[in-house]
Amino acid sequence: MMNVLRHRLFWPIAALLVLVIVNTVARPSFIAVTVQGGQLYGPLIDILRNSAPLMLVALGMTIVIATRGIDLSVGAIMAVSGAVALTIIEGSPDPDGMGTVLIAIVTGVLVAFVLGLWNGFLVSVIGIQPIIATLVLMLAGRGIALLITGGFITTINSDPYRFIAQGYVFGLPFALYVSLAAVAIVALIERRTALGMLTEAVGINPEASRLAGVRSRGIIWAAYAVSGLLAGLAGILYSSNIMAADANAAGLYIELDAILAVVLGGTSLMGGKFSLAGTVVGVFTIQTLKSTITFLGVPPAVSPLFLAIVVVIVVLVQSPRLRGWVARSTRWRVRPAASRDTEGSEVAPS
Amino acid sequence: MTDQSMLERPTLGTAIQRFLSRRASWVPFFAALLILVLMFAGAQAYFGNFLTPRVISSLLLDNAYLLILAVGMTFVILTGGIDLSVGAVMAFTGMLGASMLRDGVPAPVVVPVMLVLGASMGLGVGVLVQYFDVQPFIASLAAMFAARGLAFMVSLASIRVDDAGILWLQSTRIQAAPGSWFITPTGIIAILVVVAGALVLAYTRFGRTIYAIGGNEQSARLMGLPVVRTKLLAYVVSGLCAGLAGVVFTAYTGASYPLNGIGTELDTIAAVVIGGTLLTGGSGFVLGSMIGVFVYGTIKTAISFLGAEQSWTRITIGGLLLLFVVVQRLIVARSRRR
Amino acid sequence: MLADTEVAPVVEMRGITIEFPGVKALVGVDFTLRPGEIHTLMGENGAGKSTLIKALTGVYAIDAGTITVGGRQREFRTTADAQAAGISTVYQEINLCTNLTVGENVMLGHEVRTAGRIDWRATHRDAARHLAGLGLEIDTHSLLATHSIAVQQLVAISRAMVTESRVLVLDEPTSSLDRGEVEQLFAVMRDLRARGVAILFVTHFLDQVYEISDRLTVLRNGALVGEYPAAELPRAELISLMIGRELDELSALSRTAVREIDRDAEPVFHAAELGRHGMLAPADLEVFDGEVVGIAGLLGSGRTELVRLVYGAVRPDSGRVRIRGKAARITSPRHAIDHRIAFSSEDRRAEGIIGDLTVAENIVLGIQAKRGWLRKVRRAEALAVFADYAAALGVRPSDPNRLVRDLSGGNQQKVLLARWLATAPQLIILDEPTRGIDIGAKADIQRKVAELAGQGLAVVFISSELEEVLRISQRVVVMRDRRKIGELVSHDIDVADLVDYIARHEIAETVA
Repeated sequence: MMNVLRHRLFWPIAALLVLVIVNTVARPSFIAVTVQGGQLYGPLIDILRNSAPLMLVALGMTIVIATRGIDLSVGAIMAVSGAVALTIIEGSPDPDGMGTVLIAIVTGVLVAFVLGLWNGFLVSVIGIQPIIATLVLMLAGRGIALLITGGFITTINSDPYRFIAQGYVFGLPFALYVSLAAVAIVALIERRTALGMLTEAVGINPEASRLAGVRSRGIIWAAYAVSGLLAGLAGILYSSNIMAADANAAGLYIELDAILAVVLGGTSLMGGKFSLAGTVVGVFTIQTLKSTITFLGVPPAVSPLFLAIVVVIVVLVQSPRLRGWVARSTRWRVRPAASRDTEGSEVAPS
Repeated sequence: MTDQSMLERPTLGTAIQRFLSRRASWVPFFAALLILVLMFAGAQAYFGNFLTPRVISSLLLDNAYLLILAVGMTFVILTGGIDLSVGAVMAFTGMLGASMLRDGVPAPVVVPVMLVLGASMGLGVGVLVQYFDVQPFIASLAAMFAARGLAFMVSLASIRVDDAGILWLQSTRIQAAPGSWFITPTGIIAILVVVAGALVLAYTRFGRTIYAIGGNEQSARLMGLPVVRTKLLAYVVSGLCAGLAGVVFTAYTGASYPLNGIGTELDTIAAVVIGGTLLTGGSGFVLGSMIGVFVYGTIKTAISFLGAEQSWTRITIGGLLLLFVVVQRLIVARSRRR
Repeated sequence: MLADTEVAPVVEMRGITIEFPGVKALVGVDFTLRPGEIHTLMGENGAGKSTLIKALTGVYAIDAGTITVGGRQREFRTTADAQAAGISTVYQEINLCTNLTVGENVMLGHEVRTAGRIDWRATHRDAARHLAGLGLEIDTHSLLATHSIAVQQLVAISRAMVTESRVLVLDEPTSSLDRGEVEQLFAVMRDLRARGVAILFVTHFLDQVYEISDRLTVLRNGALVGEYPAAELPRAELISLMIGRELDELSALSRTAVREIDRDAEPVFHAAELGRHGMLAPADLEVFDGEVVGIAGLLGSGRTELVRLVYGAVRPDSGRVRIRGKAARITSPRHAIDHRIAFSSEDRRAEGIIGDLTVAENIVLGIQAKRGWLRKVRRAEALAVFADYAAALGVRPSDPNRLVRDLSGGNQQKVLLARWLATAPQLIILDEPTRGIDIGAKADIQRKVAELAGQGLAVVFISSELEEVLRISQRVVVMRDRRKIGELVSHDIDVADLVDYIARHEIAETVA
């Protein structure tokens, strides 16, 4: 029992379950899944489907945060990749052609990948703080997207493209497969190669990693590139869902949702150990929370307020001072000096 | 006594060097000023009718709210922090103010309420940062979420403002000089905020402590300076400015809309950085931020003169921001190597 | 110039005890500081010097004992409390703001104000007066960053004068000053002493200790060794007091080191004139196959600096390196690793272990970094490496999945040793691998080092414990005051000889 309690995913999963239970009690139809024409429908299915863009972005954000970084530009990158893909389809004589759609998707994602490389270059080579380096693209990215679409909301009609976000395969939304595939591929790359462990090493202790010979520059660079790539894919999903490239609304605030999902999943903003499974749980939690807020009759526009409350609770729980207060009331007194720790190590016997 | 710097008596030969050693922190400011002048010159050469009293006067009128936000942001960035909440707080205070005015509350009550509201949101951010070791980025992000949600809670739709007093702030055109030079009360407010900000930073212990914290927080603490109080107050100043910007922006648009100011925090940060304030803190001036805002405004005006997409504004600002950050980075790298 | 013992002390610390979680950093230490004296605090790493200073300056709260300043018992909760009691501190990493002007740094928090507005003219005038009081005439409007470290030190001291401090704590102020700058600082210190200020001084430079101090207090392992008038304590005795003797099972270990090294062969590593300005005077170093080269010297003598330059952790600005006779360029750890050089830092926690990773992950990190990310060290392989190296070194608990930060210091050290041995180096540099670890682990590590050298590995070994250095090495490089002062053959000498060599060896003083 203690082991279950101590597992790092216990609290994230518990929070998700509580949300699901509260929803179910409030409206039993919440967990109802209906079958229509061999396809599954229901609030839970919607959550799985709608969470796909956030899932992709949050996966990339997890890796970036593990390196002690942050990527604010993901929303703007989404807008760019959607704009690129839709502009290609719109300009094509054959918007329903499989080839057209594939070219559009690949180009959109590639552009996003290049933008990710750019972020990584600024952070790992030039040495600019991640917040600022990605802020540049966050500012300029939407402008670029607007330029690509000529300042309009590009709308298209293309059945293969629509299928990406709205289609069904074996009774489940295709978008769900995309997001699961992304989780699987990222997990495979991070955990079957040494990338995950080296990323954690760089995030936990950059100096020790450097002295151990880890090529941290390449690892950090790769993290931003992956984040850009996944954001590009998310942009495709988003634009396919509304069949329009809206440079202003695409991925708006998604960077914040993604950061929140990562933190909810138990990955510290200070970098280091990361949990992809935790991020998955975090994404579902946020999506469920949003659906709950909508269900409560709160306008979606007000939902940031609830997210703010969740953020504050999460950071307070992570806060050393609050933990100190709890610790003091339970056992030992806490000292004011933060530098004690390092001093302690100098004299610590075994 | 072998080291030259030990003696370092000013001589004629070292006059320039001495100026640089005294005024090194003003170099980015002059760089920003130079860019502004070049932009003016370029725009004038290209359009022929750019540098008119009307256009220049509008620069202040159209960007008064941004100028006020930039002053507050300068305080926070000087301590080494960041405040992402300003745009949303501006929208929230604007919405609340507009709805109170609509309900018949008199403006002399509404305006102080808006200011206090902004200041207390700033205080909230400061408390999270200072007492709970939350990164400024995350803490102000939470405030941004909260303020945006609250703004929508006030009303989902735009609220018109008919209060004569508030509208007067924007509609009054005071002739400032012969010709069509004019200034509005909102412009005067913005200028007053800049002056007040500059004076506080230059001539009070609070202001100097802000620089000390940004330079080296650990040192400031060991010097016995009131670090906690000062950092808290910096966020309060930023929140207060956001509240004031809410007033000014409401007057500017004659209405409040909960989506006002989306992305404004980024514009503000960009303007402050372009104005020569180091994002790592400890170096920069309110006057520089003012130049940064004018650079932003000039880009915007020039683009509308061109009849080009307004999206070029953000792209240009992003590019300028990048340029400045890279240059700052190189300067820091060079000073480390010394 | 020794202050009269009869004068009422300005600071009296009695029975000071400070505990960190699980460790007693100071145990019942007494310390007395009298007006008009320069009192030097001596001790090796972990002796408790900085802890004692931080107790006096309000950075740490004390767990037991009393602090009396100016006849009144005090309780310092913050640094501001200590400053209010008249105690000012200048730390090694100068606690000023380099982004502000000299004048501001002197006056911050004490600016002259009229009606709430800072009067800059008067403020700078006051600052200039305080600086002039220390013989420093510089432009108070210039940025602090444009001045040398030496000037910054003096500015920090002037700051203490503004608050009219009775006690000035100087924590290693001379560590990055050149000779002329030290002279100027000492002149200021003597002047302040004459004015009745009590100065608590910390330095690692023995020459300076004897040049300036009236009195010495020696700490070792968090306990007081004693207080001595500087004039009555010979250098050799001081060093012995600081180092102490651990009469333990280690003494039973015979000298494993008496072994002939083939010096006609090409050395594994050869550096000529390796140095970096302000860090280490150019020094030579040679290591042969199967040889353990010890580096002896006190803390701050340049021993760590030397090996960091060898490894490329810090980029040297002079010197030529040859690996097995072939010229090599080592300016980063990657280069060193490519030449099969391994380095274990003295700061285990900040520069060695990756705390939140497991023991197995920490051990394979070296191999993994070499291989690149694509070829992951598989689980089975990692366990084999763990079994080969960690188990052989006796890592306890013998659990590869344990987080390394939960291990004791000795076991963390073994993990680091295992990490490097697994990469099959030809030269391994161990900086204080036995510091702060228990006797058993210490013996394990020494035994392993001797065994590896026996198998042909070249080793550079640094330790504060001279006995250990002598026991384990064939040759000892002796460092003092950031330069190499000589090389000795280990089996010709004993600890007393070595101490004597460090204490008395006259270095060719370059004209400052």
